[in-house]
Amino acid sequence: MSAVIETVDLTIAYDRHPAVHHVNGRFEAGSLTAVVGPNGGGKSTLVKTIVGLMAPASGQILRHGLAAAEIAYLPQQADLDRSFPISVFDTVLLGRWRRLGLFRGASAQDRAAVVGALATVGLTGFETRLIGTLSTGQFQRALFARLLVQDARVIVLDEPFNAVDSNTTSDLVALVTRWHQEGRTVIAVLHDIEQVRRHFPETLVLARELIAWGPTAAVLTPEALRRARGMAEAWSREAGVCSAAVAAAPLRRQA
Amino acid sequence: MIYALLIEPFVDFAFMRRALVACFALSLGCGPMGVMLMLRRMSLVGDAMSHAVLPGAAVGFLVAGLSLWAMGLGGLVAGLAVALLAGLVTRTTALKEDASFAGFYLISLALGVILVSTRGSNVDLLHVLFGTILAVDPWSLITVAAIATLTLGILALIYRPLVVEAFDPSYLRAVGGGGGRWHILFLVLVVLNLVAAFQALGTLMAVGLMMLPALAARFLARAVWSMAAAAMAVGALSGWLGLLVSYHYDLPSGPAIILVAGICYVSAMVFGPVDGVLRRLLPRRHLAA
Repeated sequence: MSAVIETVDLTIAYDRHPAVHHVNGRFEAGSLTAVVGPNGGGKSTLVKTIVGLMAPASGQILRHGLAAAEIAYLPQQADLDRSFPISVFDTVLLGRWRRLGLFRGASAQDRAAVVGALATVGLTGFETRLIGTLSTGQFQRALFARLLVQDARVIVLDEPFNAVDSNTTSDLVALVTRWHQEGRTVIAVLHDIEQVRRHFPETLVLARELIAWGPTAAVLTPEALRRARGMAEAWSREAGVCSAAVAAAPLRRQA
Repeated sequence: MIYALLIEPFVDFAFMRRALVACFALSLGCGPMGVMLMLRRMSLVGDAMSHAVLPGAAVGFLVAGLSLWAMGLGGLVAGLAVALLAGLVTRTTALKEDASFAGFYLISLALGVILVSTRGSNVDLLHVLFGTILAVDPWSLITVAAIATLTLGILALIYRPLVVEAFDPSYLRAVGGGGGRWHILFLVLVVLNLVAAFQALGTLMAVGLMMLPALAARFLARAVWSMAAAAMAVGALSGWLGLLVSYHYDLPSGPAIILVAGICYVSAMVFGPVDGVLRRLLPRRHLAA
């Protein structure tokens, strides 16, 4: 197998305090990986950097033959304005952004893709509804339809099943499994360990430092989870410069 | 009778005709801008920007007297400086947009008041603050129309990223659609429209023709494009009726126009078909599915 995304001595920092510290590893092409760890452990920070929304403080992300913008990314729901007057159809059609860009109109093929995706997630008949009228679970289904329409080789999900009912969760997990079977690479930030054990072959345990990364059964040991929980969440104000960074690369301020 | 009330002033007087055309042109540009500001939760940013143009207008006034051109140009420079600085601070520091705008517009406003006070009080200054729409000359009419045209053209070009950025900014950035540049361009358009409106309505009233019709439109239409169309219509109606009120009752034109727009807003809020107050209060039988 070949790696599609690699992290090389990756450190990502907020105001110089590392949220992800010296992480080395690789996401194989076609792998289905869960990212787990304590709150504040850097999971969201890691995936934001993978999709190019944040820059590493040191080290690098290698995306082999892949532009950051080619990765389909589902952020945590809080980033979205759900009261915005936009229809379900148009929301899903945004998945075609890379094909449509600023000016091109949607072709019959684009529209058919949207209709098909809505059918797949069980939202047929919701096309003209405004997104503000959807329930949380329905809205998450619509966002998954947008991911379907993006038709990306690499899909990154940040807490995709938060506050979603169990029925919707199992439908959406089935969709993730289908992506895996289609040979797409999927990376998902999750916190339900049982769900990870059942559906995700690979797991990355992150607690600022990389705790473990590999086949789920081998990685999700009580020992690894205990170590992850033991991470000190607070920054140390007196922290000195990391010794590994002294040798270091160009200094860069985080936005 | 109705003719004398609603039409005749415009037939009889060229300055009323020019004022009316200026209002229509302003409504075309300001309507959709106001809707975008509202949807981006930047309604008060428009207000901040209208104060930010004051020192520029004051400098123009001190240099060239009551020249719409000089004051407009000064206002444009001051407004753009504040918009770009605030935009830059928002993008590069921890301050949110509302906070960074508050910071710069307050500095700008204080600077404007100090500049004005160096020449002592002046009756003409009332025109700066409350507008001179009844003195719109053909040249400023052309300026206003040109800004409206430019606004509609640019809005048409950047409509898609603007809408997506308001709705889901991190998605737009993740798919490589940009973000910052559309935002800056949008802020430039806000300033341009405020300067256009400021010529006619004065610094304090300019933002009224931008925000009030947009707020009314929220209760009249559901989609972004229909909201923009509704805001244009409400703005044009406010201009027409406001000018008539000002003419018949001998009131200052700017505030009269904005007050009519305010009445439109409150009426839309009460009677509007989309989430209007009456709609919510009147019991209606629920549907089968």
